[in-house]
Amino acid sequence: MPQVFSLRRVLLIKLGSLVLLIVVAATLVVMHWQMQYPNAVGAPVRQPIPFSHKHHVGDDGIDCRYCHTSVERGSSAGLPSTQICLSCHSQLFSDANIFNPLFSSMQSNRSVVWTRVHDLPDFVYFDHSIHVAKGVACVECHGRIDQMPLTWRVASLDMQWCLDCHRAPQPHLHAANEIFAMPPPAVSNGEQLSGFYHLRSRQRLTDCSTCHR
Amino acid sequence: MLEQLTTHARDAEQKNKRWSYASISDHIADIVLRKNFGWRWWLLLGISSAGTLIFFGAIAYLFSVGVGIWGIDIPVAWGFAIGNFVWWIGIGHAGTFISAVLLLLRQRWRTSINRFAEAMTLFAASIAGLFPILHLGRPWFFYWLLPYPDVMNVWPQWRSPLVWDFFAISTYITVSLLFWYVGLIPDLATLRDRAHGTRAQIIYGLFALGWRGDAIHWARFEQAYLLLAGLATPLVVSVHSIVSLDFAIGNTPGYHSTIFPPYFVAGALFSGFAMVLTLAIPLRHYFHLEQFITPVHLNNAAKVLLATGAIVTYGYASEIFMAFYSDDPYERYVAINRATGPYAPVYWTMLCCNVALPQLLWFKRVRHSIATLFAISLVINIGMWLERMMIVITSLHRDFLPSAWGMFWPTRWDWIIFFGSVALFVFLFLMFIRLLPAISIFEMRQLGHAAESSQ
Amino acid sequence: MNISLDRRQFIKLIAATGAIAQTACSRPPPETILPYVHMPERMLPGAPEYYATAFVQHGYAIGVLIESNMGRPIKIEGNPHHPASRGATNTFAQASILQLWDPDRSRSVRRDGIVSTWSEWLSAISSISVEAQKNRGAGLRILTGNITSPTLLAQLQQLKIQFPNLHWHTYEPLHNDNASAGATLAFGKPLDVIYRIERANVIVTLDADFLSHGPAATIYAREFAARRRPDHAAGMNRVYALECSPGLLGTVADHRIPLSPAELERAAWQLAELIEGNTINDAPNWLQQIALDLNRHRGESLIIAGPRLPPSLHALAHSLNERLNNSQHTIQYIAPVVPPQNASLQELVSAMSDGGVDTLFILNNNAVYQAPAALEFSAALKHVRCSIHAGFYVDETARQCQWHVPLAHTYEQWSDARAYDGTATIVQPLIAPLYGGTSPHEILNRLLGNESRSAYDTVRAYWRSLRSENFDAFWQSVLQRGVIADSAFPSQTVVARPVEKSRALNDASLTAIFAADPAVDDGEYSNNGWLQELPRPLSAMTWDNAALMSVATARRYNVNNGDIVELQHNGRRLQTPVWIVPGHADRAITLPLGYGRWAAGNSGNGVGFNAYALRPVDSSWFIDGIQLRKLGTRYSFALTQTQTDSADRKPVLHATLTELRAQPEFVRIDTEKNSGAGSLYPEYSYDNYKWGMTIDLSACIGCNACTIACQAENNIPVVGKNEVARGRHMHWIRVDHYFEGSKEDESAQKNPTVLYQPVPCMHCERAPCEEVCPVGATMHDSEGLNVQVYNRCVGTRFCSNNCPYKVRRFNFLQYADRERESLKAQRNPEVTVRQRGVMEKCTYCLQRITRGRIEAEKRGTPLRDGEIVTACQAVCPTQAIAFGNLNDGDSAVARAQHSSRNYTLLEELNTKPRTTYLAKISNPNASISAQLSKPEPRDA
Repeated sequence: MPQVFSLRRVLLIKLGSLVLLIVVAATLVVMHWQMQYPNAVGAPVRQPIPFSHKHHVGDDGIDCRYCHTSVERGSSAGLPSTQICLSCHSQLFSDANIFNPLFSSMQSNRSVVWTRVHDLPDFVYFDHSIHVAKGVACVECHGRIDQMPLTWRVASLDMQWCLDCHRAPQPHLHAANEIFAMPPPAVSNGEQLSGFYHLRSRQRLTDCSTCHR
Repeated sequence: MLEQLTTHARDAEQKNKRWSYASISDHIADIVLRKNFGWRWWLLLGISSAGTLIFFGAIAYLFSVGVGIWGIDIPVAWGFAIGNFVWWIGIGHAGTFISAVLLLLRQRWRTSINRFAEAMTLFAASIAGLFPILHLGRPWFFYWLLPYPDVMNVWPQWRSPLVWDFFAISTYITVSLLFWYVGLIPDLATLRDRAHGTRAQIIYGLFALGWRGDAIHWARFEQAYLLLAGLATPLVVSVHSIVSLDFAIGNTPGYHSTIFPPYFVAGALFSGFAMVLTLAIPLRHYFHLEQFITPVHLNNAAKVLLATGAIVTYGYASEIFMAFYSDDPYERYVAINRATGPYAPVYWTMLCCNVALPQLLWFKRVRHSIATLFAISLVINIGMWLERMMIVITSLHRDFLPSAWGMFWPTRWDWIIFFGSVALFVFLFLMFIRLLPAISIFEMRQLGHAAESSQ
Repeated sequence: MNISLDRRQFIKLIAATGAIAQTACSRPPPETILPYVHMPERMLPGAPEYYATAFVQHGYAIGVLIESNMGRPIKIEGNPHHPASRGATNTFAQASILQLWDPDRSRSVRRDGIVSTWSEWLSAISSISVEAQKNRGAGLRILTGNITSPTLLAQLQQLKIQFPNLHWHTYEPLHNDNASAGATLAFGKPLDVIYRIERANVIVTLDADFLSHGPAATIYAREFAARRRPDHAAGMNRVYALECSPGLLGTVADHRIPLSPAELERAAWQLAELIEGNTINDAPNWLQQIALDLNRHRGESLIIAGPRLPPSLHALAHSLNERLNNSQHTIQYIAPVVPPQNASLQELVSAMSDGGVDTLFILNNNAVYQAPAALEFSAALKHVRCSIHAGFYVDETARQCQWHVPLAHTYEQWSDARAYDGTATIVQPLIAPLYGGTSPHEILNRLLGNESRSAYDTVRAYWRSLRSENFDAFWQSVLQRGVIADSAFPSQTVVARPVEKSRALNDASLTAIFAADPAVDDGEYSNNGWLQELPRPLSAMTWDNAALMSVATARRYNVNNGDIVELQHNGRRLQTPVWIVPGHADRAITLPLGYGRWAAGNSGNGVGFNAYALRPVDSSWFIDGIQLRKLGTRYSFALTQTQTDSADRKPVLHATLTELRAQPEFVRIDTEKNSGAGSLYPEYSYDNYKWGMTIDLSACIGCNACTIACQAENNIPVVGKNEVARGRHMHWIRVDHYFEGSKEDESAQKNPTVLYQPVPCMHCERAPCEEVCPVGATMHDSEGLNVQVYNRCVGTRFCSNNCPYKVRRFNFLQYADRERESLKAQRNPEVTVRQRGVMEKCTYCLQRITRGRIEAEKRGTPLRDGEIVTACQAVCPTQAIAFGNLNDGDSAVARAQHSSRNYTLLEELNTKPRTTYLAKISNPNASISAQLSKPEPRDA
C-alpha cells in the first residue's frame, strides 16, 4: 500500500491551512476598517472653504464665542451663520475667490455645506454649555485648534474616551476665565476646581442617563 | 415480527461472544465504507436537507425582518425559541450521561451506544446553541454577552443568568465536541487504513492525527479520554441547572421555583434517553446491528426512562403542592390556570406523555417489545417539548396584573423554525452514520476481547 | 490555460469579495452641517421654544403652547393663561401635531379631481367674485362648521352686506342645537351655559358627560376632580349620573344610573315633581334620594342636561336650577359664543336639489361624509354648477366637488378663535405651510374682491379696529400670552320661565344613540394614527368602533362580542359588530360616529362602520324603533386590555368617604403583608435628587390624555391594528380599567363600579428588570431612575418577563417609520428613535429632567419643585399626577407620598416602586342601596 501522505500532499495541506488563516485575518482587518470613524484622528477634513482656525484663533486671536455663539448657552456650540462670516469678510479679502461659496450662500440664501469633523452617534446627547459651565476647556476635546490650518479631530470620541474624563474630570478642569484660552495654562488645582464647579459625584457623571436617553 | 426481532437479537447476543477483532472492525467499518447506502437513506437525506434549507431560509428572513414574525408579544415575550432551546439542550444530556458518567461507572453495556449518543449530544447542543441567538432582538450583537475589553468600557451584567447560560452552553458544546472527537481518533485511523479511495484515506488520515496505535498512543489516549469524561460529568448536572436558572431567577409565578434545577436535569435525561431510543431502534434494525445494540441496552435505557420519568413526575407534583402550600395567590393561580386555563390541553397532553404512558415501562414485556419502546420514546419526546412550552408560555401569559394578561399563538414561522431545527438534526445524524462509525469500533474490540478472556 | 484569463478571473474574484465585504458592514457616512445664513435673533440651536396659539375643535379654541425645536413644531402643551386649558389639553389637541405633519394631507389644488394650479384657482375665484358682484350673491352659498373666529365672522358679515342674496349654512354633526333651543324655550333667547363645577356640592347629570364632550370639557374635568379629593377644603362633591350611553363621567360618578332615553326623560320629569315636594308613588327610591339631596343643597347643587336630550329637558334643567337657586352660583349664562345658526344643512340640500345653488363654498367641512346619509347630500351636490371645497385633506367632499383647495393647518396660519366662555385667542402660525395651502380668511377676502389681502393683515385689521390705542404693544402681549384679556363674554342675569311637561321621546324596544367617538370625534381625526391606536375608554378597543350595548340587551338578541349584526331603520341598513359594555343602558345601543370613511387617508380608510348611514335627516341623536338582526358572521377587535376583572388582586384600592373617615389608614390593611422585607443587594443612596411620581386615583377620570401626550413626547411609534391584536401596542403609560364585581353577580354586570389606573414604569428601587439584563442595558441611576439604554439593548426581553407591572414595550419589528420625511420632522429630537429589536419604556421624561438639571447646574441653584414636569403630568386635565424630588420634603410628590391614601402596586413583591398611587375615594349617598333599582319599563 503506497504512502498516503506524500511530501507533496503534506505541503499542499500546510499551504491550504495557511491560506485559510490569512483569509480569516483579512476579514477581521476589513471589518475593523469598516467600523472606523468617517474621518481619522489627526486627518485634516476637506471643507468647501479652506477655513483656518490657525489664522482666526492663532494669528488674529478671535475668541471662540465670536463665531460659536451658543457654546455657553446651548447644547450645540453653533456654527457661524454666513452673516457672521461676512461681518468681516465683506471687507477683508472679499476679492479672494475662496469666499465664493460664502457670497453665493448670501445671494441664494442657502447654507454653506460644511463637512462634520466631530460626529457623535445619534443616541449620544452631548451638551456644550454644561461642559463649558463646569470648566472643561475647549482644548480638552478639540486640541490645539489654534494650530490647525484645516480642522481635524484630536480625540477618538468613543465611549471609553468620554468615560476617562467623566470618571476623573479633575485634570481636565480649568479656571472659568481660561476655558476659551488657547492653550490654557496647565492646571495643578483640579481637586479645588471640581469643588468650585460643584461637580456631581463620579456615579452621577458615569450614569448611562447622563449621555443616553 | 417483533418476536422474531427480539429472538433474533437474543441469539445474536450469544453469537456476539465469538466475534473477533477483525470481524467487528469489518462489520462496523463496512457500514461506513460501503459504496451504496440504499434508497431509504437517500430519501431521508433528501427530505432532511430540504428541511434544513428551509430552516436557514427562515433564519435569514428572521434576521432581516425581526422576531416579530413569531407569535411572541408582551406579556409572552419568550416563546418557541426558548422552549426549543431548553428542549434541545435537554436531549443532549443523555449522550454525555451515557458516554461520561457510565464510562466512569464502568458500565460496559454503554460501549455500543455511546458513540452515536455523543454525536446526538453534539448536534442537539449545537442546534440548541442557535436558538438563544435567533431569539435576540438584535442578534448581531450577541457577543455583547461576552466579557471582552471594548471601547465602550462596559461588561456583561453578571447578575443575569443569561450570562451564566452563555458560558454553560459554550463550555458544554466545546467539551462534547472534544470528547466525541478524541473518542473517534482510533476509529478514524481504522477507517483510514481500510478506506479504498485515496481521497477518503487523506481525509480520514488528516482527522486521525497520525494515529498508529502504539502502546504509548493508547496510554495517552486512555488518560485523555478519562480526563475528558471527568470534565464532562459535572456538565451533565451543571448545564441544565444553569438553564433552569434562566427561569428560577425570575420572579414570574411558574418560573420562580427552587425545584427547577434537579427537575430540569431529570427532564433532560428523560428526553435525552427517549431520543437515544428513537435513534437506536431504527439504526440497529436498518444496519443489522442487533448483535451490538442488544435488548439489554434498550432494556436499560427503558429503566432509566422509568427512573427519570418518576423524578419529573415528582417535579410536577411538588410544583402544584408548593403552589398551594406556599399560599401565594399568584403561584396558586398559575397552577390552576395551567390545568383549567386556555392552555389546559397542552398541560394534560403533556401529563399523558410524560407521566401516564411511561408507566407502561414497568412491564418487562413492554421493555422488550422494540416497536412499543420506539412508540413510547417518540411520545416522551413530544411530551417533553410540550413541557418546555408549557413552562415558558403559561407562566408568562397571566402573571401579576390582570390588565396585562395576554395570549401567545404560534405563527407559521414558529413552526417552520422548530421543524427546521429537527430537519437539521436528522440531516446531521444521517451524515454522521454515513461518514463515521456509529459504534465505537475499538471499544467493541475491547469488549469482544474481554468477553473472550472471560471464557 | 492562458494567464490573462486567470488574472481576469482573479480580479473578478477580488471585486466580488470586496462587494461582499461592503454589504456585510458599511462605515458611517460622512455628515454635513448647514449653518444659518441669517441667524434669527436670540435663537438657541437645539433648544425648544414655545409659542402661544390655539387648538380649534368644532370652532372653539383651547389655548395651547406649541413646543418648536429648530423651527419644527413637535409637541402641544396647554396654555396656563387660557380659560379652556389652564395648562392641560385633551387627547385631540395632543394628536393635532401629528395631523399637522400627516403625509396624507392635501398638497395641491384640484379641479374635477385632477391636479391644478393656484393661478387657475385664483382666476376662477376672482371670476366668481365678479359674478357675485353683479347679481349681489344670488345662487351663492357658503357651508361651514361652527365659527367663533371674530375676524372670520366679521368677514362673513361683510359678505352678507356686500351680497344680500348670499346664504350661509353651518353644519356640525356633533351639534348643540337642542341646548340652544332649550335655552330659547327657557329664556326666550339662545344662551350658552357655563357651569361652575367646583362650586357644586351635588351634581345631577342627565346624559351629560361633561368630562368628555364640549368645548369646556378639559376645564370642567379639572374643577370636577378638584372636588373629588377628600382633602379639598370644601369637601367632596357627590355626583349622580343618569346616562343613556356610558361616558367617563358615569364611570367616576358616585351613582351611575343607566337609563334608556325614554326612561331618562320620565325620570327627569319625576325628579322635577319630587323637587317641588310632590310625592310620586312609582318613583324609585334613588330618585327620591336625589331630590332630597338636591333640596338639601340649594344654591350649591347643579343639574346638567346633555346635548343629546330634547330642548324640553334642557329647559327643564334651566328651570330646576332656577328653582334650586343655583343660577349665578353654580351656573352662569352668557351670549352664545357660536352665533345662532343662520341656515341649516337641510335647507341647503333642498336648495341644491332645486338647482337654486350655482356656487357653493364648503369651508373646512366634510358634509359628503358627515351629513346623514338620509339627506343624500352628495346627490344634491351634483346639481351645483360650481362647488368648491377647502380643507386639510382630499376627503370625501373634496372628491365630490369641482374645486378642491388645500387649507393651511391651524398651526400654519393666522386667525383667531374664541373659547367656551368667549375669551379670544390669536392663532399664530409656527411654520410656513408645509404643502402650500390658503386660509378661509384669504378665500373670503378674494370673494369680497380685495384680492391680495393676507390672513395676517385681515386678523390684525380686525383687532386694530377694536384696540386702536398702542395696538402693537397689545398685539405683542396677546401673542405672548395667548389670550386677549377680558374678551370673555359677560355673564347675564336671566330668569328661566317654568316649562310645561311634555314627552319628546317615546318608549321603544331598542333605541339607537349616536355618540361622538372618544378617539376620532366626528371623523375629523380618522387619519390620525395616535388617536386610532388610543384605547377607547371602557373597551380598550383600538382601530375600530362597534355597536355598544348592555349585557342584558346582548342576551336579549343572543349576540356576543364580535358578532356582526344588521341594524335597520326605515329602509336604511347598517352592518356593524357588537361590543358589550357593562353599565350600558338596556334597550339602547350606542353608535359611535366618525368611522367607515373611504377618503380619509392611509390610516383612516375603511376603519370601523359608518354610523352616519343611519342618522335621520335632522341629525337628531336618538332613533327609536330600530331593528337588530344577528347575521352570524364574526369580527375580531384589537384590544390593549383583554382582562377587565381584577381577579381579586386589588390593584386599585378604594373606599367610600365614610370608610376613609372611619379608618384613614385603610390602605395598609392590604399592603402591610410583606412591607419592610429586606434584600440581599446593598441600598442605594441619593445625595442629590430622588425622582418619584404619585397618581391620585380619586382624580383620574380615565381620559387617556396621558397616554397620547407620552406618545407625542417620546416618539412612540404607531403599530397598527394587527400588531395591537397580537399584544404589541407600544404605549409607555397605559390606563387600565377594571369592572369591579364578579362575573356571577348579575347587578354588578349590569352596572359595575369602574376603576381606572394609569400604569407607567414604576421605576422600582429594587427593579427586577435590572437584575436579569445580561448586557446591563437597563440600569439604576444615581437619581433613582431605572434607565433603559437603547443602544446597549440586545433584545433578550428577559426584563419584560421579569417586570411584574408589564410596562416594558418591545420593538418586535421596525415600528418607527424610517421612510416618510414629514413624520421624521415631527419627532422629538431630544429622544432617541428606537430601532427594531430593542426594549423601551417610560423614562419619567428623562430628556426633560436632563434639560432641567443642566439649566439648574448652569445657574448654580438646585431645581425647584415643579420645574420639571413630565408629559403625562403636564397634560393631565385633573392634575392627578404629581412628579418631583422625593428628597425634598415639601415637594408635591413627597407630600402626596405621605398621604394616608398612598400605596404601592404589588407591594408584596418588595420591588419598592417610586411610582405610587393614592387610593380612590368615592362619596356615595348612604341611603341609596348599592344595587340601584331601575324604573321598570312599562312594556316589559
